[in-house]
Amino acid sequence: MPGATTTDITLLRGRRWRERVIRAVLLGCGLVSILTTAGIVLVLVWESFGFFREVSVWEFLTGTEWTPLFKPPHFGVLPLVAGSLLVAVGASIIALPVGLASAIYLAEYAPGRTRKILKPLLEILAGIPTVVYGYFALTFITPLFRLVFPGTGVFNAASAAIVVGIMIIPMVTSLSEDALRAVPRHLREASYGLGATKYETVTRVVVPASLSGIIASFILAISRALGETMAVTLAAGATPKLTLNPLESIQTMTAYIVQVSLGDTPFGTIEYKTIFAVGLLLFSITLAMNIASRFVLARFREVYE
Amino acid sequence: MSAVEFDLRLDRRRMWGHLFVWACFLATAVAVVLLAVLLFDILRQGMGRLSVGLLSNYPSRFPDRAGIKSALFGTMWVVGFTGLISFPLGVGAAIYLEEYAPRNWLTRVIQVNIANLAGVPSIVYGVLGLAVFVRAMSLGRSVLAGAATLALLILPIVIIAAQEAIRAVPRSIRDAGLGIGATQWQTLQHLVLPIAFPGILTGMILALSRAIGETAPLIMIGALTFVAFTPNTPLDEFTVLPIQIFNWVSRPQAGFHELAAAAIIVLLIALLSMNALAIVLRNRLRKDL
Repeated sequence: MPGATTTDITLLRGRRWRERVIRAVLLGCGLVSILTTAGIVLVLVWESFGFFREVSVWEFLTGTEWTPLFKPPHFGVLPLVAGSLLVAVGASIIALPVGLASAIYLAEYAPGRTRKILKPLLEILAGIPTVVYGYFALTFITPLFRLVFPGTGVFNAASAAIVVGIMIIPMVTSLSEDALRAVPRHLREASYGLGATKYETVTRVVVPASLSGIIASFILAISRALGETMAVTLAAGATPKLTLNPLESIQTMTAYIVQVSLGDTPFGTIEYKTIFAVGLLLFSITLAMNIASRFVLARFREVYE
Repeated sequence: MSAVEFDLRLDRRRMWGHLFVWACFLATAVAVVLLAVLLFDILRQGMGRLSVGLLSNYPSRFPDRAGIKSALFGTMWVVGFTGLISFPLGVGAAIYLEEYAPRNWLTRVIQVNIANLAGVPSIVYGVLGLAVFVRAMSLGRSVLAGAATLALLILPIVIIAAQEAIRAVPRSIRDAGLGIGATQWQTLQHLVLPIAFPGILTGMILALSRAIGETAPLIMIGALTFVAFTPNTPLDEFTVLPIQIFNWVSRPQAGFHELAAAAIIVLLIALLSMNALAIVLRNRLRKDL
């Protein structure tokens, strides 16, 4: 049957072609993520380039006054960086101990049933939109603060730091819990065998053994706090200021970007370009922290078996 | 003598242990109590404003007449298109990485890059969307520009979830397909993907529930804070629930704060039902395997 054979061959050829096309299309989907990164870097660098033709990098990075919308404008980004750091440090003071302690509880102590209730609750906490946290900061935490410290402004870094802290607790908890659970059972049993109590085993064997994972989770959480936008925009205010006083109004890098895009700053002006320069700085800092967390995880991991 | 000392210390050691467990338990409880306080505060403020009018009215200068109709429709439009864009791209990328990708530097770069993208602050995606979709592609402040921006934002989540779902399909299924002479794509299309589908869908729903709450990137691309119409085409301007909430929270009047709380209740109900749907799907998947 020579005819049938020819048909089979054409059919096979058609199928092979189709397979190739499908593979190419799927590869294209995979490359979209690369294009996204390239797009982010190109846009930020290109637009910042225009900015840095008018303002020197040195002035931008070391200036202590940020007043791009006033006359005369000053383009020193330090007050914004300080604002972001103030919020991130405050949030870490809350989230890192609480997150680690609850991770230890969930991984080492909680009975199965309690864990089954607590885990979904933490997931809900993680899924609440950031604008809701902003609402909570402004209408609940700030009024509480003003009762205790009457001098507190309506907008202040402290209540922003508190809600950002609450927001990143689940992240610390879940990543640290994974790290604690990854510690093999025989390490714990060896510790018990030497006569250690459960407390001693947890604090001197399990936690040190999973330290790389815990620190990686800390770094990721802080990076998340630095990039947080809506809660700090609503709660922390819009006054770029170099201060260590958490009861004052400040402005973070993210909140500044939002402020400019809410206003009617004309496209192409130096004020408009500031958001790309600030965005580039924010992107570089968070990217560096994400890479650092992966490095810590890979470099300092204790490898078992 | 030393035995007595040892016993004494063991007591103290045990006491430290108890204190430690309690401290850890309290820390966990703090997180849960905070969640309760947050939800309670929102319900207390917002319940009084929950009404049919809230859903059917456009925003207004007067709290009593204001509603979330435009925001609700805007959210549905944006999330719908976000899904339409991110689903094929995300699942396609996941299939490539799991089934086709050779073990070479390009695959490693793609995988590391996806992990990095997941950690990029959402506002940076807004900057990208503003420059690429709004300006360069001249989509303006449209639903499509917003959806494209959010699609890129949730893409890492979609890809990682889909990869896990595809990876969970047993090797034997693939061997069976290839063994009876099916091509790789036929095996995927008819055998692997149907099994992985519930898992993929679960990940997709969770990713969309992230998109529904995003505010900053949409403010960046210029979604409006006051909109008194619903979109009719993907190229129309829009607002979304979180932006409406942001707008109301940032006003000083208490009436608008109550409205914001009511809108938050609607948003949280939408989020919780999406999560519940995802959990139901996940459980059904577990039954099948």
